[in-house]
Amino acid sequence: MLAHIDQEAWQAIGLTLELATVTTVVLLILATPLAWWLSQTQSTWRAAVSALVTLPLVLPPTVLGFYLLVVLGPQGWLGMLTQSMGLGLLSFSFSGLLIGSVIFSLPFAVQPIQYAFQAMGRRPMEVASTLRATPLDAFFTVALPMAKPGLLTATVLSFAHTVGEFGVVLMIGGNIPGETRVVSTQIYGHVEAMQYTQAHWLSGVMVVFSFTVLIALALLNKRSEQAAV
Amino acid sequence: MLVIHFKHSAFIDYVPIYTVLQQLFLRQLCTWRIQAACSIALCAFNVQAGEVRVATAANFTAPMKLIATYFERDTGHTAKLSFGATGQLFAHISHGAPFDVLIAADESTPQQLIAIGLGVADSSFTYAIGTLVLWSANPTLINNSSQILYSGKFGKIAIASPTLAPYGLAAMQVIKQLGVTSMVTPKLVEGASIGQTFQFVASGNASLGFVALSQVRSNGVIQNGSAWMVPANLHAPIRQDAVLLTAGKDNQAAKAFLTYLRSDTAAAVIRHFGYGL
Repeated sequence: MLAHIDQEAWQAIGLTLELATVTTVVLLILATPLAWWLSQTQSTWRAAVSALVTLPLVLPPTVLGFYLLVVLGPQGWLGMLTQSMGLGLLSFSFSGLLIGSVIFSLPFAVQPIQYAFQAMGRRPMEVASTLRATPLDAFFTVALPMAKPGLLTATVLSFAHTVGEFGVVLMIGGNIPGETRVVSTQIYGHVEAMQYTQAHWLSGVMVVFSFTVLIALALLNKRSEQAAV
Repeated sequence: MLVIHFKHSAFIDYVPIYTVLQQLFLRQLCTWRIQAACSIALCAFNVQAGEVRVATAANFTAPMKLIATYFERDTGHTAKLSFGATGQLFAHISHGAPFDVLIAADESTPQQLIAIGLGVADSSFTYAIGTLVLWSANPTLINNSSQILYSGKFGKIAIASPTLAPYGLAAMQVIKQLGVTSMVTPKLVEGASIGQTFQFVASGNASLGFVALSQVRSNGVIQNGSAWMVPANLHAPIRQDAVLLTAGKDNQAAKAFLTYLRSDTAAAVIRHFGYGL
């Protein structure tokens, strides 16, 4: 079966996996403190921040892609910043895609972790502090291990959602082989060019991959539920 | 239809045992008769005013809207317009999308439709020839010449995908003809369509790009930025063909529409938007 996938397709698959991995790592680093804050705070800003984090879930990718194109462009604030730093423009680059992917998959990382922290309740942290653990200490030795199922779900969903990303990449990628041409845009190209055989093979890979990921997620959840009992 | 239902009612008259069924059937026949009468009336009406469902390549959106307005005014027919990338429209048509004519952005798609029996043989013709222009949103970047391509003093250069869009293929031919392939390739970005390519350049994310003249020209002049009109001898002509689809082969409005597309009125609109003929 894999013999049908050509050099170009392998490059797209490699790039997709690279993008998904880096995005997931960045997201876990950003989303964990954010999820903690959302789960603990009484701030009036909570609702607004929560809505902002969820926004990429409801907005069409075209909106996100369009704004990114404007913001990353020479007249956009981010484009001005990167140019003044000597980085040039980030549109049509791996870094640009990374920014897009992180925003696009943010709710998929924040929400499972936030729910895990909320489900834990205040008690474990209070117990830890009576045992003289500093808040930071308690966070790493108590809260994080207890939120492990949430972290796992966030990891899997961020990764899978980035692999399935299409609209944003199409709008800010520029279809550069090895830099911004990922599997989903490659499939789009094949379909548009009426190369249905190649489109079929790559789409098949995507379906098998996504199915496997979801099965793995279900099994993981089952195992952690059993461990919790 | 009339013949059939006379036969049936005669049949039912001689079989009294099915009275209930008979009544139901007769009621149904009445409905059919009314429907038949209605559709005959409609048919007669259709000769004067029909509807044509037009699938149009996205780059021809603006001229098509205007042509359709004139067409409706002049013929009394109605034109229902849909827009999309030519490749997408092909995929939709080959999966049964209800269109009578295709106004494509290339010449190969109509030929392909004819080859697979979805287009009417010999019905395709070139309705417009695209003009390629190297354009930048920056008013001082391109000094009405190809010089900029040799200098290499620019960020990204955008073209439409050569495998998806005829304008992209033409742009690649120009780059090759000018001998700037090695200079340009590392800076090349591709839009999925000529529309997206224009968006890349207009937003400044790409410093310049090969776009359609119809995208940057209004009222006969290029309004913004700077440009180089690409001489037509540097690439194969970008022929945009129209074709009558099999679904519309008996539709008078569809035929009228294609005839209208070749009229002087349509030609004036097509030229006004920066296409050749």
